[in-house]
Amino acid sequence: MQYEAVIGLEIHAQLLTDSKMFCGCSTKFGSEPNTQTCPVCIGMPGVLPVMNKKAIEYVIKTGLAVNCNIAPYSRFARKNYFYPDLPKGYQISQYELPLCEGGYVEITDNGASKKIRLTRIHLEEDAGKNIHEGTGNYSLVDLNRAGTPLMEVVSEPDIRSPKEAVEFMKKLRIILRYIGVCDGNMEQGSLRCDANVSVRPSGQKELGVKTEIKNMNSFKFIEKAIDYEIKRQIKILNDGGRIIQETRLWDSDRGTTESMRSKEEAHDYRYFPEPDLVPVEVEQSWAEKIKAQLIELPDSRRNRFISQYGLPQSDTEILTSEMPIAEWFEKAVKLGGDPKAVSNWIMGEFMRLLNEENKQIDECALKPEQLVGLLKLIDKGIISGKIAKTVFEEMYRTGKDAGEIVKEKGLVQITDESAIEKAVDDVIAKNSKEVERFKAGDENLLGFFVGQIMKATRGKANPKIVNELLRKKLSAHTA
Amino acid sequence: MEIEHVAVLSRLELAEDEKRLFSKQINSIIEYIDKLNELDTKNTKPTAHVLSIENVFREDRLSPSLPKDKALQNAQNRTDDFYRVPKIIE
Repeated sequence: MQYEAVIGLEIHAQLLTDSKMFCGCSTKFGSEPNTQTCPVCIGMPGVLPVMNKKAIEYVIKTGLAVNCNIAPYSRFARKNYFYPDLPKGYQISQYELPLCEGGYVEITDNGASKKIRLTRIHLEEDAGKNIHEGTGNYSLVDLNRAGTPLMEVVSEPDIRSPKEAVEFMKKLRIILRYIGVCDGNMEQGSLRCDANVSVRPSGQKELGVKTEIKNMNSFKFIEKAIDYEIKRQIKILNDGGRIIQETRLWDSDRGTTESMRSKEEAHDYRYFPEPDLVPVEVEQSWAEKIKAQLIELPDSRRNRFISQYGLPQSDTEILTSEMPIAEWFEKAVKLGGDPKAVSNWIMGEFMRLLNEENKQIDECALKPEQLVGLLKLIDKGIISGKIAKTVFEEMYRTGKDAGEIVKEKGLVQITDESAIEKAVDDVIAKNSKEVERFKAGDENLLGFFVGQIMKATRGKANPKIVNELLRKKLSAHTA
Repeated sequence: MEIEHVAVLSRLELAEDEKRLFSKQINSIIEYIDKLNELDTKNTKPTAHVLSIENVFREDRLSPSLPKDKALQNAQNRTDDFYRVPKIIE
């Protein structure tokens, strides 16, 4: 039987505030354990939480970026359960009346675009961190993370394949980083994803029984875990079994999902409105003010890059994937750089050098005006395209301008015909065997001669002149 | 039985006579609260707080945290700078 997978994602994103959701402790990652806590976030009796305004604004901003309805009236709720990383015995979250409802994220898969609808976006507090490994019969708890503002984005079950799930997550990550509400670091856990997965016979309308998969901390694992889970469920159904609704953990070492065997009772959260917090009212004017801060989002920027600069789709995907790259590109173009040339340099040499050092574009010394300077030298024929790569790398490493590097290293292109002619003559004289073979019809040897001439001139000879002279001399040559 | 479910959720162990006693007490509380259902609230807006105020915020500013020894002072068990609890995951 043919089956269809039905997938919905729940994505947790830590918000980029300096302080926690309900107190003034720092949200910094990687500090000494238990150095960023206070009576509020470790749940001492008699304390009162106070909402971080920026966290609320970040959720509204996200909602506006993904086409949600912003709730005019919203409130927090207590989600009650016992776990050592949750010192109060409840998590302050939202249940009824979340900050945002509806909305969608548009993904492209194999060139076709598809809208993945959102159910809601709400705000809650993160829990602390438990350490289970190498600790004997105990677990250790660090509460630095407890109380960090955490935004939960819940999708509708519109996703039909592991690949679509990854595309959705990638797209959301790009948006969150673009609008500056989350750093999107999946390794450090500031962006996390749970998946609800079920399968049903193709054509059936009713949903199958779903399982929830947790612990997928990379795009690769999201794809693998969901793929495994779909196959596992189909096998059970084909064998005449039935799916049990449960939470399963992705085990990346084994490449499987394993049941958490949690007691059903543990899921009775007894939500009720948080009496320590007053409701949130978002007036139109407040939402408008936040909307005004929204910069151009990746999709519209991509479309503009295509229409305004005539760039191919594939270029614009990369150029708009991170805001700093898009900004760098556009600055170079505004300074007079040819859009396609700038794009080629960014996607080629620049990305290669950045990836080597694992750096972001805004973390390096190279400025857009310096690339434009290099492009001018190429256009004027002062340096060859080949030499330009050397100059580019030198600019990247030293932050010096292209002109300065060319002067210092004597890289000016040789356009003087007599100088090039001498090099051509030398190479022909030294390689008489190859000349004979060329004359006998082995045209491929032309590249060999060009290479020898370039070697002799240390890459500085103007390739166009080299080619012209070489052809002329070779055809005139008689052994 | 309802009382047993509540006890499990609250991590409480109740003796048989306690179960009987608390069942009775909780039932009378719930019955009392049920009285509220007699009121007609058709035209009353639901509220989430006893005060009719909203939007009490703080700015996103840091304030000093507790020194770690102070924070861990009430911990029943401690290993280095961590709270130590019975093993959570096998």
